[in-house]
Amino acid sequence: MLALLAFTGTAASAAELKIALSADITSLDPHFLAAQPNINIGWHVFDALTRVDARAMLTPGIATAWRAVDATTWEFKLRKGVRFHDGSELTAEDVAFSLERPLAITGSPGGFAVYVRPIVAKTIVDPYTIRLKTAAPYGALPQDLNSVLIVSKKAAANATSEEFNNGRAMIGSGPYRFVRFARGDRVELARFDGHWEAPAAWDKVTFRLLPTDPARTAALLAGDVDVIENVPTADLARLRGNPNFRLAQAVSWRTIFFHLDQYRARSPHVTDKAGKPLAANPFMDARVRRAISKAINRQALAERVMEGAAVPAANVVSPQIFGHNAELKAEAYDPDGAKKLLAEAGYPDGFGLTVAAPNNRYINDDQVAQTVAQMLSRIGIRSRVETLPLSVYLTKARDQQFSFAMLGWGSYSADLALRSLVATVNPAQGYGAWNWARYSNPRLDRLIEQALATLDEKKREAIAREAGTLAASDVAIIPLYHQIATWAMKKNIAYNARTDEFTLAHEFRPQ
Amino acid sequence: MLVFILRRLAQSALALLIMSVLVFVGVFAIGNPIDILINPQADQAEIARATAALGLDQPLWVQYWDFLKHALGGDLGRSFSHNVPAVQLIFERMPATVELALAAMLIAIVLGIPLGLVAGMKPDSWFGKSIMAGSILGFSLPTFWVGLMLIMVFSVFLGWLPSTGRGHTTLLLGVPVSFLNWDGLLHLLMPALNLALFKLSLLIRLTRAGTREAMLQDYVKFARAKGLPLRRIVLVHVLKNILIPIVTVIGLEFGSVIAFSIVTETIFAWPGMGKLLIDSINVLDRPVIVAYVLIIVCLFVVINLAVDLLYSALDPRVRLSGTPA
Repeated sequence: MLALLAFTGTAASAAELKIALSADITSLDPHFLAAQPNINIGWHVFDALTRVDARAMLTPGIATAWRAVDATTWEFKLRKGVRFHDGSELTAEDVAFSLERPLAITGSPGGFAVYVRPIVAKTIVDPYTIRLKTAAPYGALPQDLNSVLIVSKKAAANATSEEFNNGRAMIGSGPYRFVRFARGDRVELARFDGHWEAPAAWDKVTFRLLPTDPARTAALLAGDVDVIENVPTADLARLRGNPNFRLAQAVSWRTIFFHLDQYRARSPHVTDKAGKPLAANPFMDARVRRAISKAINRQALAERVMEGAAVPAANVVSPQIFGHNAELKAEAYDPDGAKKLLAEAGYPDGFGLTVAAPNNRYINDDQVAQTVAQMLSRIGIRSRVETLPLSVYLTKARDQQFSFAMLGWGSYSADLALRSLVATVNPAQGYGAWNWARYSNPRLDRLIEQALATLDEKKREAIAREAGTLAASDVAIIPLYHQIATWAMKKNIAYNARTDEFTLAHEFRPQ
Repeated sequence: MLVFILRRLAQSALALLIMSVLVFVGVFAIGNPIDILINPQADQAEIARATAALGLDQPLWVQYWDFLKHALGGDLGRSFSHNVPAVQLIFERMPATVELALAAMLIAIVLGIPLGLVAGMKPDSWFGKSIMAGSILGFSLPTFWVGLMLIMVFSVFLGWLPSTGRGHTTLLLGVPVSFLNWDGLLHLLMPALNLALFKLSLLIRLTRAGTREAMLQDYVKFARAKGLPLRRIVLVHVLKNILIPIVTVIGLEFGSVIAFSIVTETIFAWPGMGKLLIDSINVLDRPVIVAYVLIIVCLFVVINLAVDLLYSALDPRVRLSGTPA
């Protein structure tokens, strides 16, 4: 009873929630730059047609239901009586405007156009019904549209990014209203009581921007914030042992894997042990790819290097994601089997290799690359490591300057991930934009195409799963592990940890 | 005097031009910002569109020429990732950095000069020796580590001071400042101390060396012989004579405190320009990087000019002429 009283005491004072985010917010314009921290704020102030829940399942948002009217037309039924923060009602007009805006915005380096480009025509049937026509059948549209936030046409027409940053155009229908944005420092929000969902627990929410890892943990320990995201792995054990705090963890949507060059006869960083070029590219041989996969001790990577913040991977997408095949098991650690496969493929003594990885992007990325290089050296593939800051790394990777390169990927579905990562490079079709290895398998391409063109969700997932299984059996990439996302918070708060790594104030509850 | 200032301005313009070329080429050599900023789900057509939208599809010299044309009109471009003019972005963050730098310099001056004087007059006393020992620590401990230790001790263990961030701000002549209220002062104290530590040690050592030398000079002996009180000898005769090197160093160091407050700002999540620069370098936000460097160059020019003018005020023997120093 005493404990109960103590908790009600804290709950009353806990009407404000202070959250530390781990990366900088650059713009509040919800259609300007698709960066995680920007989207994170957007999801508080705005709603989208569809939503994904903590387990990455597609759920209704502003749209209560959607269906395919014919092969190329989707119809969305809108929730009635949804209010914007200025009191006006959200109708199909606002939806149509919001689906135009990502294309109309100027100077955007990486916005949301990719989600709305498949739409070739919009028809407003009535204020609560909108039909979207695509050029070809496209099953992932409802999923894509969870990323396009709905703004108020009245407030956002002709609005500049500055007007979103100072709040004038920052009129959404989401659970929180905009209060203040202090660049590089914080964003303050207040609960919107007219939201269509059950009201959130916190009257006021402050997002602090604390990108430095130790400073973020210190801010939590000092009581300056109630919640931190992206808990550094070095602090996990310490926070777990502290009775004043609680951790929330979920297997994240981010899969860490290696691309291996599979199109050049001579790959720049695959050599013999003396550093001379090899006659042929060994990665063209599936046996070599499998040998590398067997040589990697994923369990050790997850437990030691990642300090438990990872689970071994076999799929391109993580367990909660649409199209994941639970029957695929991560390749077991088998150095002897790996050596045997290498010998069969004609490399009994191994070869030389440079492992490339970023050093400031994924959790412990450079250490993981070092460890993988050592594991490969154990089966005779003499490996050295080249790690670079992300800004240098990505440009080199896109320029095909690596032979064996690390990449992390988060996606809401397997077919979309496969389309970007392993589909045959085809700019006209938009396939293989991140296929650094230029892996190509016509059968896989057909399956990806087929999955994306399937409107029935169950059928689409079955085909996506088949495509993922084919990519795994051909060792198109070498999956390492799925990251585990961790939040730490005061004991009297709880969070249903999200697969997509977003930190949403309205999903924190006083405990 | 006028010739002197004009010559300075011409030299500065040349420095600005060279810096802008260096940064342009440097950022270009590092990588392509689109690769970092692009939405991962984007296809090749979208990547090409975004590249063209930022003008990055043009050859480098065309990009630079465009920049130069706009720069002459005062427009240094819009930030790729913030979508606001780069100059506005930097000026928005400048008050926080200047405030932090001023607070740090104030701590360094108010503590450093008296401590240095004491250490210089009583070099063999235990007090003088411990001041010197302390200054060695201040020199040699890395800022990053000291900052984290300050947070651990004063925020986590003792709970006296807020760990990170800038406190409540109030407007002073239209500029948001945080030192005019209690919450803001509490937030300012630790980062300012952290940033001051190195400069504090520097000033202590400089003042001590100057004092020791001055104490042996004839004019001090004469003043003593005249029977002037020690207070007057130190504050009027010694201090005034050792002030020239100290003012030079304070001037130069003030520029570097502003330009290199990056580490302190990063640890304490202080929303200043330094943090903006780091974030911009990470995403290769070229307009911001270029604008930042150009503004810092201007800052150094102004500070150096002020120091030169201050010299002639402090020491009537110094005359500013058209000949380069």
